[in-house]
Amino acid sequence: MKIAVASGKGGTGKTTVAVSLALAGQQPLQLLDCDVEAPNCRIFLQPTINPPQPVSVPVPVVDQEKCSRCGQCSALCQYHAIAVLETATLVFPELCHSCGGCRRICPEAAISEQEREIGQIFTGRRELVDWVEGRLNIGEAITPPLIRAVKRKARPQGTVIIDCPPGTACSLVAAVSGCDVVVLVTEPTPFGLHDLHLTVEVLRQLQLPLGVVINRSDIGDQRVEHFCARERIPIWLRIAHDRRIAAASARGEGLLAVRPELADDFRRLLENLTKLGGKEANR
Amino acid sequence: MKIAITTNGSNLEAPVGQRFGRAERFMVIDPATLEYQLVENPGDPAQGAGIQSAERVARLGVSALITGHCGPKAYRVLQAAGIEVYVGAQGSVAEVLEQHRQGRLQPAVGADVEGHWV
Repeated sequence: MKIAVASGKGGTGKTTVAVSLALAGQQPLQLLDCDVEAPNCRIFLQPTINPPQPVSVPVPVVDQEKCSRCGQCSALCQYHAIAVLETATLVFPELCHSCGGCRRICPEAAISEQEREIGQIFTGRRELVDWVEGRLNIGEAITPPLIRAVKRKARPQGTVIIDCPPGTACSLVAAVSGCDVVVLVTEPTPFGLHDLHLTVEVLRQLQLPLGVVINRSDIGDQRVEHFCARERIPIWLRIAHDRRIAAASARGEGLLAVRPELADDFRRLLENLTKLGGKEANR
Repeated sequence: MKIAITTNGSNLEAPVGQRFGRAERFMVIDPATLEYQLVENPGDPAQGAGIQSAERVARLGVSALITGHCGPKAYRVLQAAGIEVYVGAQGSVAEVLEQHRQGRLQPAVGADVEGHWV
């Protein structure tokens, strides 16, 4: 059972919800931090941390002697990661999406591949929570290969909670793909609604079951509630605004540290999500 | 010896284009005769515009490029192609050509801006 926690808009409380769900569980489970550009579950979970393992991607290396400068690789590459000049063929590894097309199309077999590290995977544990984190190296721009590497650590059985990156682009798609259900954390503000709307559209394209958690549910306006009613999206949990939660987050403590009684709500949500298997959620 | 100059205009009075990677077109000009031709430079809106622009300039058979600013990836391509790069050019194409003729433009030794410079 893979449960993705996503949002569209950043700062709505994805990590707060993902960590609280994980800590509320009464069975062993996994928490995968796939927000690889800013992984911060570890701050609130405070797990033991094992030494990291590198994650790399294959990038092309051109044998300048064999290369005939025909330019087919450059013409093929949609990301402009190879430039062919009369005197040399240049590779820009940071733009490469590792499709392998240049190596295949090269008529001179002048292109081989070498591994380039883009990030690291950390693992650790706190109580029943088995934690895995992807951390993109500074300056890297391409997240999906690292996100997929983190997801390969998911055990086939049992509950897996995935903290997703914000936004609606490739990194979100990589994080939610193959999940059984998506929990969308939003807030009742115009930005929250705008990005919720976009994310729902993406997830419906992917035919993923989804429901909503409204964080700071008593601020802002009613438009998120109306949107969910109109779109028949279930609202699974409302968390009222509480300055103590904000203060705890600023100290690096999780929501349950200051509001332990909310553990029941998260436990119930987790149990329902597990039972659902996404069946009754909105697609 | 021909020179490429970035511009968004179409004649000698047009200002020098300030962004090499996103230049609308290149003026390929013979400084001796002031004869020129215009080469359009449609770039990928997503990424790699500087690299594409530099590949295009390398195919023009010019010995030098004059522009406003040039980023690191484009500079690497231009350098590999053996093209002298002059950055910081301001004013019309004609004015810049005159500065170049008088040796008042210094060749760049590297990119003068970061990638995605605005």
